[in-house]
Amino acid sequence: MVKGRGVVSLVGNTPMVRLSRLERPNGPKIYAKLEMLNPGGSVKDRPAVYMILDGVRRGLLTREKTILDATSGNTGVAYSMVAASLGYRVKMVVPANASRLKVAKMLSLGAEIVFTDPLEGMDGAIKKAVEIYESDPDMYFYPDQYSNPMNPRAHYETTGPEIMAQTGGRITHLIAGVGTSGTLAGTSQYLRERLPSVRIVEVQPEGEFHGIEGLKNMNGGMRPSLYREQIGDQLIRIPTEEAEETARKLLLKEGIPAGTSSGAALAAALRLSVDLDSGLIVVILPDGLQVGGEGVKRVRP
Amino acid sequence: MPVKIYLPTPLRQYADGHDIVEVEARTVGEALQNLASKFTGLRKQIFTETGGVRSFVNIFVNDEDIRHLQGQETVLKEGDTIYIIPSIAGGSYD
Ligand SMILES: Cc1ncc(COP(=O)(O)O)c(C=O)c1O
Repeated sequence: MVKGRGVVSLVGNTPMVRLSRLERPNGPKIYAKLEMLNPGGSVKDRPAVYMILDGVRRGLLTREKTILDATSGNTGVAYSMVAASLGYRVKMVVPANASRLKVAKMLSLGAEIVFTDPLEGMDGAIKKAVEIYESDPDMYFYPDQYSNPMNPRAHYETTGPEIMAQTGGRITHLIAGVGTSGTLAGTSQYLRERLPSVRIVEVQPEGEFHGIEGLKNMNGGMRPSLYREQIGDQLIRIPTEEAEETARKLLLKEGIPAGTSSGAALAAALRLSVDLDSGLIVVILPDGLQVGGEGVKRVRP
Repeated sequence: MPVKIYLPTPLRQYADGHDIVEVEARTVGEALQNLASKFTGLRKQIFTETGGVRSFVNIFVNDEDIRHLQGQETVLKEGDTIYIIPSIAGGSYD
């Protein structure tokens, strides 16, 4: 089958796989939604397509304008990919400690990158993006993934229905990490409307100082305006080390190369499964293993 | 000798809100230990239980990651600056 609308038509419809080797005997089933198999390599392809096409539809994104936003990496890759395919320019504001691999991907897709102080984290990048936008509002389309309703909408219209279909409506628990919270907000809204008894589990990093790319501890710093407390029925906080360890387990026991935020979501699923005798847990795995950056394990003789 | 340590935003709450802390030290390890003794809440943010630096915590002396120098044994020179920066690149294994 040949898809006609370019790379945009390849976003979404990601596969789901059962993680039998990580399930507890006589425990719930654990299914993983493999978002790293989107063409840009992450779940953020979905909101990037929605936010850009919405900007075009509403006349906010025109040929003269440059797409501007703050990103920890994945959204930047996604914007850059969609923009390349539709013929727009991109300027991404990125903390200087972002994944080298993702920076390289953005650059190779033709993005311009503005680096911000790594000590200031994502908040520093967001402030800088606002400053750039306000310096010349006519020059930029600033979707602002942290406040744009098209971000959760993408998941309400795509991720949610896919999970519903892929589990035949048998999902009992949805688990996802929150960064902007778009994934969890949109997907959970869709599922709750159809399955009122579905349990939603929100995952955050333990502590404000952490190394889980894409996730945010909502106690500290600037809260995304999309974020709502009690978005989930339950909140599980995962330390970075446990997320890294679980991503390694997923790699070595299931052969699935996933990033640290996937490890965090899966760690929450494994904790939850201890208390459940049955059920079907769906875990969203946002992106893939980071190789080519400094996360490469050196093989010693 | 006195060296400056720059803290990332989420660690400042453990250091009475300071973004820069000055300590006396000959090596990076000593500097971090002295920092953690001065502000005890920082210890478990930066170190593992066995005294190593946590996997996702990158320590820079000026522009160099100490993993590419002599780690915590890296000797400091007059005027060196230490930066504590969390990795958002998915951890580090070395
Ligand atoms: C690797 C990774 N995991 C998780 C998330 C969180 O997704 P959301 O922003 O939809 O909450 C992101 C978002 O940037 C991400 O890049």
